Amino acid sequence: MSESPWLVLLKTAVVFGVTMTAVPALVLAERRLSAWMQYRVGPNRVGPFGSLQPLADLVKLLFKEELAPAGASPFLFAVAPAISAISALFMMAVVPLGGTLQLGGRQIRLVVADVDLGVLCVLAASSLGVYGITLGGWASNSKYSLLGGLRSSAQMISYELTLALALLGVLVLNGDAQGLGSFSLSDVIARQAATTWNVFKAPLGFLLFTTAAFAETNRLPFDLPEAEPELVGGYHTEYSSMRFGLFFLGEYAAMFAGASVIVCLFLGGWHFPFVTKAEVVGPGGALLQVAVFLAKVVAFLFFFIHVRWTLPRFRYDQLMRLGWRVMLPLSLLNLLVTGGLAAAGVL
Amino acid sequence: MIDERIAFLFFATIALAGAVNVVVRRNPVHGALWLVASFLGVAGLFLTLGAGLLAAIQVMVYAGAIMVLFLFVILLLNLEAPPFEGLSLARGASLLAAIATAALLVWPFVRDPELKHAATPQVDLPATAGNVAGLLFTKYALPFEIVSLLLLVAMVGAIHVARRPRRDEPA
Repeated sequence: MSESPWLVLLKTAVVFGVTMTAVPALVLAERRLSAWMQYRVGPNRVGPFGSLQPLADLVKLLFKEELAPAGASPFLFAVAPAISAISALFMMAVVPLGGTLQLGGRQIRLVVADVDLGVLCVLAASSLGVYGITLGGWASNSKYSLLGGLRSSAQMISYELTLALALLGVLVLNGDAQGLGSFSLSDVIARQAATTWNVFKAPLGFLLFTTAAFAETNRLPFDLPEAEPELVGGYHTEYSSMRFGLFFLGEYAAMFAGASVIVCLFLGGWHFPFVTKAEVVGPGGALLQVAVFLAKVVAFLFFFIHVRWTLPRFRYDQLMRLGWRVMLPLSLLNLLVTGGLAAAGVL
Repeated sequence: MIDERIAFLFFATIALAGAVNVVVRRNPVHGALWLVASFLGVAGLFLTLGAGLLAAIQVMVYAGAIMVLFLFVILLLNLEAPPFEGLSLARGASLLAAIATAALLVWPFVRDPELKHAATPQVDLPATAGNVAGLLFTKYALPFEIVSLLLLVAMVGAIHVARRPRRDEPA
C-alpha cells in the first residue's frame, strides 16, 4: 500500500502543475467569457485570442513595487496572501484525478494522498483559508480592509455549517452493509461508479453544497469581503505586486479545487457511463479517466463563471439571513431525508 | 522510533510555545493566532499517535471554526493592546495558581515512573473514521448521547442569555 517517496513527489508535482496551469487559463476564460456575455471584445492583443495575457499580467505583477501601508503588521501582512494560496492548493492533494493505474506489475493510485479522511482535509483546508483573508484585512491597518476581513470571517463561519451538513448528506450514501463508511474521496467515487452519481440521489444536497462553495470561494453573488463599490477592494485594498497576485492565485485555485471536489462528491469524479467503468485500468484508460474528470471540472467552472457575471451581489443582512434561516434548515432536512432513505435501503 | 520522537518533540514545542505566547502577548490578535498555532501543534501530536480523525477534527473545529469566531469578535470590538501594569495582587495569585496546577499535573509522573509508559488502548482497532463511528454509535452510544444532550443544554442556555427580550415581554 505504501508508495515510494519519489512517486509521491512526482504525483505532487503533477497535481501542482495541473492546478498552476489551470489558474491562468481560468483567469483568461473568465475575462473572455465576461466580455462575451457583456458584448465586449475582452483581452485579445497578447498572443492568439489573448492567450498569453495571463503571462503578461504575471510579469507586470512581479515588476510592480511592493507597498505596505503605514502601521501595517509586517509579518502578518506578508504571510496572509500565502496562507490563502497554500490552503487552496492543499485541497487538491486529496482529490483523485482518476482511479488506479496498472503499470507493469505496479498499481499506482491517481491521487497524491488517498487518505481515509480526504473530505475532512478539504474542509479543514477551506476553513484555514479564511485566516488569509481575515488577517490580510486586519494587518493592512485600513478600515476598508478590516471590514472586508470581518465580513469574510462571519460569512465563512455561516456557510461552512451548510457545507459540512450537505457533505454529511453525501457521506451517509457511502456506508457499507454495516453502515460503516470512510471520508475518502476515492471511495465516494467508486460508490458512485457502482450505482449512480450522487447528484441524482441527493439533488438538494448538491444545490446546497454548490451554493455554500460559492460563498466559501468568495465568488459573486457572495463576494462581500471584496465588494469593490463599498469597500474599494475589501481585504486586498492595500495589497500590490505579487502579494496581491498570491491572493488572486488563491481565489482561482480555490475555485478549481472547489469544482474538483464537487465533481468528485456529486458528479461521479472520473466515472462516466459507457466510457470509463473499471477502477483499475492501463495507461490509456487512465488518460481517459483523467480527461473525463477534467472535462467535468471545466464544465463546472464554466457554470461558476456564468453565475458570477449573471447574479448581482447580496446585501450583507440578506447573506446572513439566507445562510442561517434558509440554507441551514434545508441542509438539516436534506440530511434527514437522505439519511432516512439510505437507511431504508432506497438509495 | 527515533522519527516518532522527533515528530513528537517538534509538535510538542509548537503546542507549548503557542500556549505560552497566548498568555504573554499583549496584542489580542497575536494572542489568538498563537492559540491557533498551539491547536495545530496538538493536531500534529494526534497525528503522531495515529489518530488522524481527531487531528482533522481538531483543525476543523478548533483552529478553523472556533478561533475564527474569536478573531471575529476581537476584530469587531477593535481591542487595543493594553499597557503593562506591573504585577498586581490578582496577577500574582493567578501565577501561583498556574504553577500549582502545573505541579499537580507533573507530580504523579515524578513519583511513579510506571506512569511514563504509554497507556494501552481500550480497543484494538485502527483509528479509522469507520471504526470510530462504529464504536461511538454502538458500544459507547449512551455516553455519546449524554454528551450531545449536555451540548444542547449549553446551546439553549447560551441563546437564552444572549436573546433580546421581546417588547411586550417583561425582562
